[in-house]
Parts: sequence; structure tokens; C-alpha cells
Amino acid sequence: MSAMEHERTVDVECPTVWQKALMALKTWARVNSPWVIHFNSGSCNGCDIEILATLTPRYDLERIGVKLQGSPRHADILICTGPVTRQARERLLRTYAQMPEPKFVVAVGSCGLSGGVFHGSYNIVGGIDEVLPVDAYIPGCPPRPEAIIYGVATLLESLKNKQEKG
Amino acid sequence: MESEIKTDNRFVVPIGPQHPALKEPGHFEFDVDGEVVTGASIRLGFVHRGIEKLAEQRNYIQDLYLFERICGICSHIHATAFAVAVEKLAGVVVPPRAQAIRTIVAELERIHSHMLWLGVAAHEGGFDTLFMYSWRDRETVMDLLETIAGNRVNYSANLIGGVKFDIDDSQRDAILRGIDFLDQRARYYLKVVESDETFLGRTRGVGKMTRGEAEILGAVGPTARASGVARDVRLEAPYIGYADYPVVLVLDDRGDLEARFSVRILELFESFRLIREILSRMPKGELSTRVPRRIPEGEIVLRVEAPRGELYYYVKSNGSEMPERVKVRTPSLCNWASVASLAVGHKLADMPMLLAGIDPCFSCNDRLVTLRRQDTAQTMTWEDLRQYGIQYYRGKRVCP
Repeated sequence: MSAMEHERTVDVECPTVWQKALMALKTWARVNSPWVIHFNSGSCNGCDIEILATLTPRYDLERIGVKLQGSPRHADILICTGPVTRQARERLLRTYAQMPEPKFVVAVGSCGLSGGVFHGSYNIVGGIDEVLPVDAYIPGCPPRPEAIIYGVATLLESLKNKQEKG
Repeated sequence: MESEIKTDNRFVVPIGPQHPALKEPGHFEFDVDGEVVTGASIRLGFVHRGIEKLAEQRNYIQDLYLFERICGICSHIHATAFAVAVEKLAGVVVPPRAQAIRTIVAELERIHSHMLWLGVAAHEGGFDTLFMYSWRDRETVMDLLETIAGNRVNYSANLIGGVKFDIDDSQRDAILRGIDFLDQRARYYLKVVESDETFLGRTRGVGKMTRGEAEILGAVGPTARASGVARDVRLEAPYIGYADYPVVLVLDDRGDLEARFSVRILELFESFRLIREILSRMPKGELSTRVPRRIPEGEIVLRVEAPRGELYYYVKSNGSEMPERVKVRTPSLCNWASVASLAVGHKLADMPMLLAGIDPCFSCNDRLVTLRRQDTAQTMTWEDLRQYGIQYYRGKRVCP
């Protein structure tokens, strides 16, 4: 069950005022302090160093509450880079399975979107969305740090809007 | 980091492939006796993308972009190595201005790579302030690369037969200003890594590799130079602009982590000096020359000095638009042997620093290597390979 469906069913099943308020509180917390985990499933490092650059002083993603987390069990957002290789596929699935619900996947870079320049290789499964449900795509080879921040911010914004509509 | 597993008499600490310390997937198993590591094994290959095989299905121009994406950190040097190899096969002479621009971009890339490494290695040692400082200052060189190339990471500077862009006067001034700032900062970093007591506690005398060991283990690049091995392809077999603008070798014979830090920082000064020198006397002229689409039959070996050490390219052409075989051997792969043997006898807590000490780049080194001893050559079908893989992983605990 994807994260989005999960939210929706909870909303329908729990219509009371208190539960709605609780959901609003959860979303507020989630949007303001998303913890991310980074997984490289076969990337060339280009996207990885740009993701790291977003956390360092010039771009500083931490100022909008994003924290890079080591363990998948603590993370809300899985940031994936690179095409999925046959070796890394199982690990990617396992990392995703270890994350608590609700969870979101962000695919970063051309390779993560479609396999990019490596498309057609014997060891490449394809883009991230061949393996996992992806919530946000950030194109570029590699995307600039600003683009990565914009992608994550857009994902957070969509969570907030969904809550307001629901 | 995964949990510890007890098997017979060994106590094995598995690390990876997804782990917080390194940003790339690699799997390590350390046998420990208390705190002390008694054995280390490394499993690579998670980032194997089959690039060499892909290259055989594409033409030379497409391959240039493919090889650039072997590694995002040293993208330019991969493309340069391939372009220079193909140019030599085709027998074309590249204009000197193009070679000078290639050299400038290669040195800017070295600066960016070394500063990136300095930050990551400091982070492994728990010195996050230095990590943040060096990454903040690294943005200066990223801006310079963006100014001249239009992209921060994969610059695409090379064409087969030249370069794509020129460096004009305003860009030259920007580079000089940026370099002056970085020069000042690098002096500060050198002071920090050579005088900060807590940091020296993590680096001084740790991972000591003598000159003899470095030679036997086949270490390359700054890792070898920190052990006193005078090995630098830029001097041994000058390529692109290095014959006209010679570099000065940076050597250190201490062989420990501290030496690896200071060698890389001193190499920054060498890169600054080289860029200033090239910019002060840039040759005039064209940026590229025509190269035929079909490359004449032949084969060539080309070595270049990537930020991490010797990078080796073998290109075989059969006279068509596509190469018949390309083989890449990357510096990180050569340096792994040194980590596996140095790890023994050190504390588990030193492992991240030791790993970072060789500046590992997994996306570079995940490629197939076979050691062929006399008559051990064999042919395997796809099905054989698949069965071999299943058998191989069956005995491994950590793999699902």
C-alpha cells in the first residue's frame, strides 16, 4: 500500500474531530522535520555529491528541518540516486521495507528517472520507479542543489495541501 | 550499520552496503577480537553497470558521454583519457589551446575532488566542523567550473578532437580570484590537519604503510605518494598539457593517515600554481579539430593521473564507428588491497578513517577483474554465470 492510499483510508475511517486534529498535528510535524535517508543504487556519485552539497553551509537543507539519517528505520523520505543495478535491487527493496509508514521516495537524477545513459545495460533494471513507487522526480545530470531542495520542498508542500483538502 | 553476528569462533562485524558513513554501497566484513580487527574482507560490485559492454554498442561520440559518467567526481579525467586515446588512434593533433583548457579543467577537478575528500575524511574522523568548512569553500571551485563549463558536476568539456568551450578574460579573472581565496583557505586546512591535537590523535601513526608495502600492494596516486613512492603519470608519461606545464611531485615518506592528509592538501597548492601558470601563458588558436567518425583499426593503452591516482584506458578499434573493446582500470580498485591489509591490527573505530584515507570511489571501481594465471582461462555462458552467482551467494550470510 503506498503512502498516499494509507493517508486516505485513515481519513475516511477516522472522521472524528479529535482524530482529524491528531492527523493535522502529525502532518505538521512531518512537514516540518522530514528525516531523509540516502541510497545509492548504482549512481556515478554525481548526484550523491550534490545531495551532500545541499546539506553543507551554502545550501543548508537542515534549515527547513531536513536531516540526513543513517538508519532506514528512522527515515521518512528515501532519496534514491542512480539506475537500479541487479546487485543493488534487493538492498533497495530491503531498505524501503525497513522504513516506517508513511514513507516517500524521491528519485534524483536522470539515471534514477529512467536509467539514463546506462539504459540497456545487462546489469541495469531501470529507473527507481521500476522497483519502488516514486513520489517525486528530480531531473538533471546531476540536478543542481537548488533543484534537489525545490523537489523536496514541493513534496512537503503537497503533503500540506493534501491535509488541508482532506 | 547492521547488527553483529556471532559465527563459530570469529566475531564478524558486517558493514553496509547501506551505511551512514560512506555515501556509496560497499560491503565490508571485519573479524574482531575485542576492539582490534583481525581480518577484513571487502565485497564490491553493487554499482557495477556494465559500462565496458555498453561502450561496444555505441559510437565514439556517445561513448565519450558514457565514460564521463563512470564517476561523477572525476568525470573530466575519464572523458579526457578516452578522448586522448581515440585521438591518438585517429592520428589527429589537438590544438594546444584545447590541451591547455583540458589541463585547467583537470586541475580544477582535482581541487574539487581533494576538497571533497578532505571534508568526507574529516567527517569520518568525527571532525564535522572541518567537513562543513571544506565543503563551504569547495563551492568556490564548483562555481568556477560552472562559470566555464555551464554544469557543476559533469562538465562535458571534451570533444573527440578538442574542447567545447573557451576561457575568456573575465572567466580567467574569476578563476584567479577563486584560486587566491582557496589558496588562503588551503593554508588554514594544512595548519589544522598538522596541528589540531584531537585530530592528530586519529591520524598520526594510524594506517602506516611503508614504501615497500605500498609498492607490493600496488598503491597509486596520493595514497602511494604519502608512502614515499614517486609515482605520478603527469610526470612519467605527460599527456594533454602536462608536457608544457610540468607539475612538481608532492612526496611524503611518513606513510600514515596524517601524511595522506598533508599530501592531498599540498597537491592543492600544486594545482593552484599550475592553473596560474597556464592562465598566464595560454596558447592562442583553435579549440578543436576534425576527427573522422570511423576510427582506423588499432589498439592503444593510455594512462592518466586522476585525482585518486593512475587511471588506465585500453581502447581497441576495428575500423568502424564503434570501439571493439574498451577496458578501464581505476585508481580506487588498485588501492583496495592496501586497506584490506592495513586494517589488521587497528581498532574498529579507525576503520572509517582508513577506508576514507584512500579516497575510495565505488562507482569507479565496480568493474570486473580476472587474474589469469597461466592456463586458467575459461569460457562461461550466461546460464553458467547465473548458476555460479547463485552458488556463490548461497554461503553468504548477509545476502538475501
